[in-house]
Amino acid sequence: MFKPSHFAAVVLFALFASVVFGITQRETPQRMIRYGIYCFLLFVGSAVALSWAMFFIAR
Amino acid sequence: MATAPNTNDAAKQGSGQGFVYLPLIAGWLVPGAGHFLLRKWGRGALLSASVVGMFAVGIAMQGQLFSGAHEILDVLGLAGDLGNGLLYLVSQLMGWGADQVKVTTADYGTRFIVVAGLLNVIAAVDAHNLRTGRKS
Repeated sequence: MFKPSHFAAVVLFALFASVVFGITQRETPQRMIRYGIYCFLLFVGSAVALSWAMFFIAR
Repeated sequence: MATAPNTNDAAKQGSGQGFVYLPLIAGWLVPGAGHFLLRKWGRGALLSASVVGMFAVGIAMQGQLFSGAHEILDVLGLAGDLGNGLLYLVSQLMGWGADQVKVTTADYGTRFIVVAGLLNVIAAVDAHNLRTGRKS
């Protein structure tokens, strides 16, 4: 059984979803790459930010 | 006389011939196949790797495959799973995935499988848009 850490799971999810979003939501290869990177950073960044928010709320 | 700026090679090749929904259906059944039919090899390979990879990670995490629709959330999960096309059917036949979610990673795996199906639907619709010339 594959047991990634929570962060690894977030990174895997962001990677796969960002590739599909980048290819399907933009028309030129350069814009696809830029949008894919943008989505990846938003996925991972929002997960990290929300995790810290929950950490401080729970204290 | 000016030509339409957004027409692409695939649309030009396929306009007026063949079944217009073939890339949509092929892309749903086999991830990336819709783009392969339109000779978008790079995009198809990346989409296929992403959807199959996400599905495989979900299965490896002992995610659950929805098989029945007893509750409304099960219906939504089943709809997402069906987006995987033949991957879902093969997995059901092979008995892959968990019967019950017992650990946190298995719950994540279940979501990975559902989202892989939804991403595959997006990819299939993208192939249809390429086929009709709505996207280049």
